[in-house]
Amino acid sequence: MLGSYLPALVFLALGLVVGGVLTVLNGIIGPKRPGTVKEQPYECGLPSEVTSNFRFGISFYLIAMLFILFDIEVVFLYPVAVQLEAFGLFALIEIMVFIFLLFVAFVFVWRRGALEWR
Amino acid sequence: MTLPLAAVGVVENALVQVVKSLIIFAVVLQIVPLILLLERKLLGRFQARIGPNRVGKFGLLQPLADVVKLASKEQSTPATAVPWMMALAPVISIVTAVATLAIIPFGDVHNDPLFGAQWGLYGVDVSIGVLYAFAFGALAFYGLMLGGWASGSKYSFLGSMRSAAQLISYEIALGLSLLGVVMMAGSLSLTEIVRAQGAAGDGIWYVVPQFVGFVIFLIAGFAETNRPPFDLPEAEAEIVSGYNTEFGGMRFGSFFMAEYINMIVISGIAVAAFLGGWHGPGPAILDPLWVVLKMFLFIVLFIWIRATLPRLRYDQLMSFGWKILLPLATVNVLVTAILVVVI
Repeated sequence: MLGSYLPALVFLALGLVVGGVLTVLNGIIGPKRPGTVKEQPYECGLPSEVTSNFRFGISFYLIAMLFILFDIEVVFLYPVAVQLEAFGLFALIEIMVFIFLLFVAFVFVWRRGALEWR
Repeated sequence: MTLPLAAVGVVENALVQVVKSLIIFAVVLQIVPLILLLERKLLGRFQARIGPNRVGKFGLLQPLADVVKLASKEQSTPATAVPWMMALAPVISIVTAVATLAIIPFGDVHNDPLFGAQWGLYGVDVSIGVLYAFAFGALAFYGLMLGGWASGSKYSFLGSMRSAAQLISYEIALGLSLLGVVMMAGSLSLTEIVRAQGAAGDGIWYVVPQFVGFVIFLIAGFAETNRPPFDLPEAEAEIVSGYNTEFGGMRFGSFFMAEYINMIVISGIAVAAFLGGWHGPGPAILDPLWVVLKMFLFIVLFIWIRATLPRLRYDQLMSFGWKILLPLATVNVLVTAILVVVI
């Protein structure tokens, strides 16, 4: 049964080989002339201000949480979509109720301003 | 009803499976430099330039020259970086891009005297189909994220945060846009979807009844591949080059190659789900040709859009994804569900 997944494994292996070769290639055939300036991260003339606890906007966290909510709901819709014609009206009403609930959540999130980028 | 992980298509013997995977991979690997050149040529023409024409005839050897140049550069990692993670990131990008290639159907199942058995011209045909593509598409985000974070540079970090937020925002719309097609075909397998568009199935390319889904898929696909006008992760004007600022040589080249393979994958899924896959006039031997031809239609569109549209602002990008694409895709799913059940 899982024999049909062999090509997927072949593609994975091919990707690993190609990616691995490309990653180590420069270390092997490239020149090696290290210097202190080369070891600094890129910055446009100013001293670099990278620290280990670099802070970033809370909006990114919010988007990540919204993604988890909505993506799970998309995943729930997939099995129903495949068997939609077999289940007919029953599945249709289920989908409508489901999307209605999704819509309520969406309106709530929107009205609370979680979708505004700050 | 098929089991969740079962094969829906023909299961060939192991040797045929390996050989056909190698052939598909080899062909696609030849297409990548062609697209690279095509992009530079077309961009040149769009800007009233000639484009690369010095290396080889029509500049055909230009991608090769680029690769040689990149490969002969010095490997440099900043002192603030995490070296093993920087080495891992491009590998993740390439692996996820190549693995997704496996489900692109290039042709139907054939009865060929060559192998003495049935074989299908696609890497793998599984009943989870498009979910396989979405799974690897979601994993691809680790490549950008780790690469940007491990670089230990301000610009890389900002670029990777941006790409993370962008990818997850548009992934929902991408998932919803294919739901309509899945409902009409009644299967997740891409080959089944293509068959459903043939004379035996609905007899119509899904781009017609699912036009809204098609447009949403294209827009979300542009965002997923980080192509302009959604190339915010690598916006040169503000954050230098985003997540790949600190990458050089072939590691940079890997990210680049992964982007182009992803373009091919998105085009391939779009062809299979909306443009009737291998269906076209002519004998069955022309099937793969039709697929590649339709793919190039999308790739030219990718390039054309890059030449035409300016880059979006970041808040515009996010609000477009959440406030327009997501509701539109949901309504599309609902309308399709009603039509599929009632008619």
